[in-house]
Amino acid sequence: MSVTGPASGAVAVPGIDGARIGVITFPGTLDDRDAARAVRLAGAEAVSLWHADASLQDVDAVVLPGGFSYGDYLRAGAISRFAPAMAAVVDAAKGGMPVLGICNGFQVLTEAHLLPGSMVKNDHLHFVCREQSLIVENARTAWTNEFRRGQRITIPLKNQDGQFVADERTLDELEGEGRVVFRYDGWNPNGSRRDIAGITNDRGNVVGLMPHPEHAVEAGFGPASAEGPRAGVDGLTFFTSVLSSLVHA
Amino acid sequence: MGRVVVEVMPKPEILDPQGKAVVGALPRLGFTQFSGVRQGKRFELEVDGEVTPEILAAAQEAAATLLSNPVIEDVVSVTDASAEVTGATVSA
Repeated sequence: MSVTGPASGAVAVPGIDGARIGVITFPGTLDDRDAARAVRLAGAEAVSLWHADASLQDVDAVVLPGGFSYGDYLRAGAISRFAPAMAAVVDAAKGGMPVLGICNGFQVLTEAHLLPGSMVKNDHLHFVCREQSLIVENARTAWTNEFRRGQRITIPLKNQDGQFVADERTLDELEGEGRVVFRYDGWNPNGSRRDIAGITNDRGNVVGLMPHPEHAVEAGFGPASAEGPRAGVDGLTFFTSVLSSLVHA
Repeated sequence: MGRVVVEVMPKPEILDPQGKAVVGALPRLGFTQFSGVRQGKRFELEVDGEVTPEILAAAQEAAATLLSNPVIEDVVSVTDASAEVTGATVSA
């Protein structure tokens, strides 16, 4: 199975020709195909990466997609964190490569200590699946630089273990250093501390969030928006943002 | 055959949603004596030989790195449980 090659109808963005973004598949990953499609719709080449392969194939950025890697056994993301591909991701992230962890990918990033805190079961114990409004708190990261600070966006949210927790000192640090990237808007769907939906590292190249930008990248298949039902494409901006950050790197 | 038992519990300051659900269900079955429940994990690590101090140390390291996440959980015990008989009932 290959997920490389441009999507039909993808518009090439000047200056990012040849940008290659890896999408890692773990056993139990669900959203790798959608993530690869989002990469192609943004105008880059999607490179399929396998968890057991220690090589990142010289990609320019990496997406850890959502799903239930290893069935969420032990703790969500706990076993994936020790995959050979993750050792390479940790090295690359420390060198400044943009890394985006979505949902289960966010859980893997916290287990790998690339991002602080952790996710536990939603406070209401139910799986939640909804179109979620978010407030962009940090529009300077590799994955959010084409948003505006304070902008409200809507992308899908679907998880059972989505409650972001960290000790008060860590939360204060995240707030003080501007490392809260997204906050839930209107309703906190899982009991996350301080309504936090996504965070970044001090360098701004690693971003993790529970909601799913890769499911809001193409009109007709996204959440409802002002343009009409299923017209929301707010998620695409994550992927165009990383392409501009690569151009300006 | 030796066995090491590792017990992991959610940190006291972390809300335990599963424990909360269990404590909510108990009174429905007539168990009104219990005011709180916290749910943790028990791991049984088997070794072919006996449990040496080295093996116990390795189990402690495994408990701290893989079996628990120090952000949300505490390792409450790592013990040589070789003497325990599998399936034995514990008398009160």
